[in-house]
Formats: sequence, structure tokens, C-alpha cells
Amino acid sequence: MTKAIGRDFDPAYTLAMIVEFGHFALILAAFTAMVQAVVPLIGAHNRWPGWMAVARPAAGLQFFFTGLSFGALTYAFVTSDFTVQLVNLNSHSLKPVLYKVTGVWGNHEGSMLLWVFILTLFGACLAWFGGNLPPGLRARALSVQAAVGVAFYGFILFTSNPFERMSVAPLDGRGLNPILQDPGLALHPPFLYLGYVGLSVSFSFAIAALIEGRVDAAWARWVRPWTLAAWVFLTFGIVLGSWWAYSELGWGGIWFWDPVENASFMPWLLAAALLHSAIVVEKREALKSWTILLAILAFGFSLIGTFLVRSGVITSVHAFANDPERGVFILAILALFTGGGLVLFAARASAMEAKGIFGMVSRESALVVNNVLLAVSCFVVFVGTIWPLVSDIFFVRKLSVGAPFFDTAFTPFVVAMGVILPVGAILPWKRARLGKAMRPLIPALVLALGLAGLAWAMQSGRTLLGPVGLFLGAWLVFGALTDLYTRTGRGARGARLRRLARLPRADWGKAVAHAGLGVTIFAVAGLWAWEKEDIRVAFANNPFEFAGYEFTLERVRDVQGPNYRSTMADVRLRRDGRDVTVLQPEKRVYSVSNTPTTEAAIHYRLLRDIYVVLGDAQLGGGYTLRSYSKPLTSWLWIGTLMMALGGGLSLSDRRYRVAAGGRKAAIRGVPAQ
Amino acid sequence: MIRLRKAMAPLIWVVMLAGAVWAVQPDEVLDDPVLESRAREISKELRCLVCRNENIDESNADLARDLRLLVRERLVAGDSDTEVVDYVVDRFGEYVLLRPRTGGSNILLWAAGPAALGLALIMSGLYLRRRSLAPPRHAGGLSAQEEARLKEILKD
Repeated sequence: MTKAIGRDFDPAYTLAMIVEFGHFALILAAFTAMVQAVVPLIGAHNRWPGWMAVARPAAGLQFFFTGLSFGALTYAFVTSDFTVQLVNLNSHSLKPVLYKVTGVWGNHEGSMLLWVFILTLFGACLAWFGGNLPPGLRARALSVQAAVGVAFYGFILFTSNPFERMSVAPLDGRGLNPILQDPGLALHPPFLYLGYVGLSVSFSFAIAALIEGRVDAAWARWVRPWTLAAWVFLTFGIVLGSWWAYSELGWGGIWFWDPVENASFMPWLLAAALLHSAIVVEKREALKSWTILLAILAFGFSLIGTFLVRSGVITSVHAFANDPERGVFILAILALFTGGGLVLFAARASAMEAKGIFGMVSRESALVVNNVLLAVSCFVVFVGTIWPLVSDIFFVRKLSVGAPFFDTAFTPFVVAMGVILPVGAILPWKRARLGKAMRPLIPALVLALGLAGLAWAMQSGRTLLGPVGLFLGAWLVFGALTDLYTRTGRGARGARLRRLARLPRADWGKAVAHAGLGVTIFAVAGLWAWEKEDIRVAFANNPFEFAGYEFTLERVRDVQGPNYRSTMADVRLRRDGRDVTVLQPEKRVYSVSNTPTTEAAIHYRLLRDIYVVLGDAQLGGGYTLRSYSKPLTSWLWIGTLMMALGGGLSLSDRRYRVAAGGRKAAIRGVPAQ
Repeated sequence: MIRLRKAMAPLIWVVMLAGAVWAVQPDEVLDDPVLESRAREISKELRCLVCRNENIDESNADLARDLRLLVRERLVAGDSDTEVVDYVVDRFGEYVLLRPRTGGSNILLWAAGPAALGLALIMSGLYLRRRSLAPPRHAGGLSAQEEARLKEILKD
């Protein structure tokens, strides 16, 4: 290789050029995407197989180029190349390597590069695994996918170039925001983006189907795994962010209804709705146009989320004015794809005629109710998120919409969903009798009511929150178990239990995810209802009692970390005269940015976490110490991960593999209609 | 309102420089547990004006501390919860409320959810009625080959 280039080849020079190669690769990816957006679409319209065939290699090529580009930026970060402006602003030579890598997406430009990298990853996967798709549908979907790519390449190259060099290279960088230096947050954006961008595949399928003018059971079966994958990633990403907030922000909050959080929550809700409505299309050929609409909206909300976060328009209207170019660009992308998609939808939706007939009480109608609740709750979050902006612009009223509003406005939907879900999940398709369908659920209902009553009797305060949460949680978990058990059919108990293991993975996935929702609801309610807190000035070796433990602040010392100084306390926890653990809450000051952060110390337990935060030294000696008893926090992580796991199980179901892999021959002969 | 915005600009810098003062401090806590718990509840509904989406109960900012003390002062002086909130809103504007009031244009915000739910239920009810009444019709649009293929897939 070296020989071929000639004797002027200088490895050092090439290494120094890697950043420029990365920039160039991104431009090449953009041109590839332009070709991919146009050629296969024309090919599909005119039924030219050669033109349609361009889509698959082009998708692979795009992925290759963005991979190079992303790799080049990562290289610049890892080698601390401070001549690159982005590296200079967001990295520092003293930072641990892990955070040098995660620094790549810990900023606007890099995160947008990650966005397109993941977009092309999904495009390539669609090309690789879409072997049995009808060629027309595949070509059109890949075209739409590439069109989304073109818009974002434009955005990056024209407004947010991560590869910009500095004329004068500084000696060292300015460092990454210290609160972002946490393993949970390091992995949070990639998963979130896998979710956001994964919904682009559903979007592409929806647009392709609108162009073709038909949606059938097979279409739903192709779309569902992609949506499921996106939803699982999104769930995982949101949980990581929540866990980060819990362990890093210093008072153990898990969800703040911040606009940025809502931005990820809205697509999650709509993706959940889409998952369920796609089942109706797949099994019963109904709800077609609604499913298409959801696919457009779910990706639309991903774009809205990107807009909200990237333009800064929600944190402050003025932040938007500081950098209108980027905000307007994303707004244009949003308008183009969501607006364009909706216009196409309006023109073509009437062609999607439903075929399935079903009664007012049926699995279908239960899934319709599920969709109503998920979609309307998403709408509530949306209105609450943009209301400060709307109110300021249209009513000249500057106001805030915070957690108290969302708690009040959103919770009823969760309660309604929790009450209805186990019944809906067990209803037969087509036509059902409520009384008959409910019968197997009676033990679950009695058990849940009993547990709630017990909690009501045992708790000290008279809050309804805990018991209601426990009722919903138990109802959902036992309901999911009942659902699984009824799937085993009739016969002796032993035979039914044996059949349980052989149930399709989709059935297990459904039960695990639904039970996970129950566990999550119970955890949130428990945390709200039964949290305890202690704030005091603690003196050294002066024990105090809290939440059944004896706390002793033993000493406070200074510790030097790799890129921070820390004040670390040793707090010994004893219970019944026995040592339990020594917690070490810290206050850190990161040397580069001089920013203070708190590192809470958490004693994780199944029933409750003990959470200790170190405050300031007091004038009269001693330190402020805040201790919390946080019930059921572990259950929150378990419950949400169960939801993700349920999605994963469902994704691994045999029918998707069969649909995705085998029997290609059967479809080859089918002409596009 | 404009005055408030102008006043906030320098405050943001003060907070960033002031650094670590963590949420409710031991010296702020009122002796009367009932009053204190009322103060905590009120604090959770008030926004820290210089922070991003934080209530004054959780905020580390100096201004939040001042507000927390103000709330407690008013409570000790014998104000009811509503009077305390009104007092704070009079001085800092509506922006301080994390739970927007229902009056005026905000009715749109509060009614959005229930209205959308009602509308969605009516529309889906009509849809379900149509589907349950629609005459059964034979599958159309698919070719015989596709029907066979579909059956094959759905069998699994």
C-alpha cells in the first residue's frame, strides 16, 4: 500500500490529516445519500430493477463513510488534538480516556455526527436484513431514509461542522462539563439516539407505504421489529439518564419533567402506541391509517425533541436568538419531513381501507383505548413543554410549567392505563364478553386489592398514593401472570405449566413488559409516598438515628482525583449494633472548569436505598449532611429494565426471524401491485 | 416583566460563581414541624428564578435560599399557604409558579388534556362502532399469491 502511494508517503503527515479525511468522508456520505434518495425512488416508480438496486449498496456505503467520519473525530478526541476547535472546547488532556471518547458526543456538533452515524447504521441494517422485503417497498424506504440523511448532513456541514480547525492551537482544552463525566451519562446519548433514530425506519416504511398506496399485515410485520428495537433502545436510554440524575445531581430525583427529558419521553410514548397499533394491523388488518400516522408522528417527535434540545428554544427564548441558524435549520427539517409526511398522509390515507370487523368489546378495541391513552398523554406532555413558549409569544405572559403541572396532568393517564391494561391484554380478538374474559383475572384482582389494603393499614401516614401504586403494580404483575397462564390452554396443571415454557417469545415479552410497567408504577408511587429525609449539621463521631440506622460521620478528608479535588466524608451506617457499610459522599471541584459537583453515596438495597449527600463545612464545626431513605428505587430500575427486556424478548420471537430470513424464493415472483 | 429579565442577567453569574450551597440548609428548618412541612410543600411549587427548571426546595442557588427563607418568614407571620404564594407571585411574577394558574389563557393549557381525551374517545368510539357494524367483506387488494404468502407467514 505504502509502496503504491510512492516515496513521498509520510505516516505522520497522514495521521495529522485524519480529521480532514473525516470531514471529507462526511461530504462523500452526503453525496451518496443524495443519490440514494433519488435514484431508487425513480426506479421504484418506473419499476426499473437496476435503479432500485442502487439503494442497498448505497446504504452500506453511507454507513462506511459516516463510520470513517465518526472514527476520525473520535481519534481527534482520544489523541487530544486541540487544533480541532471542538476538541479544544470539550476535552482536556488530563481527562480519563473513557470520557475523552464520550466527549465526542458530549457537545452539539459531535452529537449530531453521532445522530447521522446511527441513522446510516439503521439504513444499512435495513438494507442488509431487508432481504425479503418487496423490492419496491425496500427501495422507497431506503430512499426516504437517505432523504432524512441528506437533511442532517446539510445541517452538520453548513451549521455545525465538528471538524473545524483553529488557527492558533491552544496548549490544552477547556474540559468536559464535570457533571457529564459519569458512566451513566456517557452511554445515555448513544442509546437515546438509537431510539430516536430507530424511529426513522418506521417513518421511512410509513412514507414508502403511502407512496405505494397500500398497507397490509406483512407491512406491519416488517415495521414492528424496527419500532420495537427503537423503543427498547429509547427505554434503556431514558433509564440511563434517569439513573444518572439519581446518582449525580445530588438530591436523588429521578424525573424532573425537564423539556429535555420530555423530548425523549414523547417519542417513547408514541413508539409504545405504534407498537400496539401495529399488532392490530398485523393480526386484523385494521387501524392502518392510524398506524401510518403514528409512525410519522413518532419520528416527528424525535425531530421535535432534537429541535428542542439543540436549538435551546425551550430553556430560554433568548438562547434561540443567540444561534438562530441552527434552530431554523432543524425547524425546516422538522417542517419538511413531518409536514411533508402529513400532507402525503392526508392525500393517501383514504386508500388504506380496513378489513377486520370486530365488536365494541374486543382485543382490538382495547388496543384502540391503549392508543388513545398513550397518544393523548403524549399530547399533554407536548402542550406542557411548549406552553411557556406559546404563552410568551401569543399571550405575553411569561410563566413556567414544571413538575407539579405534569404530575397532576399526566398521572391520571397512567392510572387509567394501569387499570385497563390487564383486562385488555386478556380479551379475545374480534368479539368478547367482558364478564367471561374477566373471570380468570379475579384472583389477580383480589390479591392486588388485598395487598393495597394491607399497605393502607400498615403505613403511618394517610396518603392514598402508596396503596394505589401497590394496587396498580400488583394488578399489572398478577394480570401479566394470568395472561401467560391462560395462554397455555386447557388441561391438567402440570401439562399447562410445561406448555408455559414453550409459549412463543412474543407472549413472554408481552407479559414481562406489562409486569415491568406494574413494577415501575409501584416504585414511583412508593418513592413519592414513603420517602424520608433528614437534614442536619453532623459532627464528627457524634452518631444520630435515621430510618432505622445509626449514622456516624467519622471523618472528612481531602482526596486528589485524576482531574478533580474532592472533599470526602466517611459515614458509617450501623444497624442493631452491627456495621452495615461505610458511605463516602463527596464534593468535587474539577480543576479545569473550577465547577463544584456533589457525588452522593448510595447504599443500594432491594427495599430502599440509603442516600447520603455531603454539604458545606459549618462555622461552628461539623458538616451539613443530608440523608434520604428512598424506598423502592431499585424496583424502578428493575421495572423499567423489565419493560426493555420484554421488548427484546418480543423482538426475538420466531415469527420475525422467519419473516426476515427464510423463504425468499416465495416472494421473488410477486409483481409489485 | 422586562425589569425581571434584566434583573436576572447578573444574578445568573452570581449563582454560577457562588457555587455550592446545597438546597435546604439545617439553619433554615423551622422548629414547628407542621409549619416546616407546609414550607416544604410550598417550596416544591415555586421555581428558582435563576435556575433551569428547578424548584427552590431543591435548588442550590442563593436566590432560592432567600426565597425559602421568605416563605418561612411569611408562614411564621401567620400567612395561609395561598397568601404566601400570592405574596411571592406579587413580587416575582407568575414566572415563579411551577404549577401555572388556571385563569386566562392558561385555561388552554389545563383543558388541553381533558379536551383531547374527550375528542379522542368520541372519535375512537365512532370508529369502533363503524367497525363493529361494517358488513364482512372478502379480502381485496392482495393477489392470490400474496394471500398464500401471508397465510404462510401468519401460520408461524
